[in-house]
Amino acid sequence: MQRQGRGRALAILWGALKIVATAAVTFLGLLFVTFVIGRLVPVDPVLAVVGDRATASTYDRVFKELGLDQPIWVQFWLYLTDVFRGDFGESFLTKRPILQDIGRVFPATLELATTGVIIGTVLGIPLGVLAAVRQGGLTDQVVRVIGLVGYSAPIFWLALLGLLLFYARLGWVAGPGRVDIAYEYDFTVRTGILLLDTALQGRWAAFGNVFSHLILPGSLLGYFSMAYISRMTRSFMLGELAQEYVIAARVKGVPEWRIIWVHALKNAAVPLITVVVLSYMHLLEGSVLTETVFAWPGLGMYLTNSLQNADMNAVLGCTLLIGTCFVGLNMLSDLLYRLLDPRVRRRG
Amino acid sequence: MTVAPHVPSRRDWLLTEQPASRRQARLGQAYRTWLAFRGNPLAMVGLGIIVALILVAVFADLIAPYNPIVGGDLRTERLLPPSAAHLMGTDDQARDIFSRLVHGSRLTLMVVALVAVIATPIGVFVGTTAGYFGGWVDTVLMRVTDVFLAFPRLILALAFVAALGPGIENAIIAIAITSWPPYARLARAETLTIRDSDFIAAIRLQGASSARIIWGHVVPLCTSSVIVRVTFDMAGIILTAAGLGFIGLGAQPPQPEWGAMIAAGRRYLIDQWWVATMPGLAIFVVSLGFNFLGDGLRDVLDPKARK
Repeated sequence: MQRQGRGRALAILWGALKIVATAAVTFLGLLFVTFVIGRLVPVDPVLAVVGDRATASTYDRVFKELGLDQPIWVQFWLYLTDVFRGDFGESFLTKRPILQDIGRVFPATLELATTGVIIGTVLGIPLGVLAAVRQGGLTDQVVRVIGLVGYSAPIFWLALLGLLLFYARLGWVAGPGRVDIAYEYDFTVRTGILLLDTALQGRWAAFGNVFSHLILPGSLLGYFSMAYISRMTRSFMLGELAQEYVIAARVKGVPEWRIIWVHALKNAAVPLITVVVLSYMHLLEGSVLTETVFAWPGLGMYLTNSLQNADMNAVLGCTLLIGTCFVGLNMLSDLLYRLLDPRVRRRG
Repeated sequence: MTVAPHVPSRRDWLLTEQPASRRQARLGQAYRTWLAFRGNPLAMVGLGIIVALILVAVFADLIAPYNPIVGGDLRTERLLPPSAAHLMGTDDQARDIFSRLVHGSRLTLMVVALVAVIATPIGVFVGTTAGYFGGWVDTVLMRVTDVFLAFPRLILALAFVAALGPGIENAIIAIAITSWPPYARLARAETLTIRDSDFIAAIRLQGASSARIIWGHVVPLCTSSVIVRVTFDMAGIILTAAGLGFIGLGAQPPQPEWGAMIAAGRRYLIDQWWVATMPGLAIFVVSLGFNFLGDGLRDVLDPKARK
């Protein structure tokens, strides 16, 4: 009995290792792609360092220093060692190391995307469940329309319409930016998550202002996340409600609400976790265009600014970081799936 | 009382249970597919939108009342609200927005068509090859596919365009590079279900080469599900292209690209809402059309995927 238990633990460990190894290979590929994109740039990297009035000897020296005389795989190796030391080069715009820049802007994006995921999950799962229970009913149609709009409308366009309606016309929310200038020095930035910072320091007026700035872009991202989550919840729940255990529970006299919200939803929860994680990743992507519209000083706006100024180091740093988040979150959802789903767990 | 003699109509000829020729069978099959498709009203709406888009793109010169690039009088015709003379108003350069939208349909259609033409064959080739050969070929090709899937599509496209330089051609290349992996996954999955069929074994015993088997027998069986997927993706392609245009990395001014037009209208959002709103509406309607069409096509072409 105990031996069997140890065997199972080993199987789980082996499965987990396989997932991690796959993620590592993908990550290496990711690095290679960003490396190649970096080489595609029609700008001479040496001239970017020495300027176009440098002498030929200086040019040659820097050419060698950058390792450009080496074969391509050595160059890739140099790039790898740089990346693993956390050295993504210097931003052309801010003259600071890329990693430092990203660390500064990332909390803003994290706050925005997290708000989006919370809104999307809290609204999307119940909507999806209701749509599955009354298939073809009103909620089902609503979920369908929400999904269609979510898949068809450009996010930056909806953002502009939202600003026009809720900020300019109705005045319900604060406009672009994260916080009004009047409140900017009312609290100190510690975590970079402004809702948290203001609440911890008890600056409730500033908290209200931050919330008012956050709610519109957050809801917008939440809408897209809700569109995806509700649609997936609906299809998982339809699958679960067609199972025999549901009939068995009904025969036994279990109340219908309990069958739906406890028995079936519990079984649908495992794939749903993957969906929520996936939607989190898509919000990172969606935030690029949203932040541009809302002048939200996060990763998306940093990336857009760098793009418009041909700041290639920054662009590649952001790309790599977002790609890494993708790979990491994917790995996490695979691991969670393995840990939580007894069917997968038993197969090892 | 006479019984009218039964004259076989064209419909009967198409729907006959005993087709007399291969051509009749094929046409009959197509007709049945069409009948099933016609039964889905949303799919017909989608088809209508896409046909309208194509017609507008073809006859843009006849439909557009004004020049899309050169505006009117800058003193009197800037930022006019929608009216009978200017259906959707004018922009900051005194250009008729409706005319620009009409001409912009050509760019949208070009992006969608070129991306589909470039990305689909790559995806199908990679997927069928990986699925058919299996083993290390499969492992290597699928790892590569996973790497491309590991980037969010827009971010990877942004990085490529940043490296290649802004412009509509580079945007198309970048979107194509980021679009093929899902098709590869799909084609591989389809190939795996076909690979061990008896008919493939029979062809192999007749001495057909792997290339012949893949292109002649595996690829045709993958096409319908790939077509459905590509149609669904068209909406995504349009949105990505519009996003690139919005950031300023897609089509360059003065080209009437819809995403770039929204970006240009941003400054006038609060007082002249129509400048940014109208192009967004066009993007929305066309994407919706492709989504409806994809829904309908899935139901008739890919019954397995129906939910």
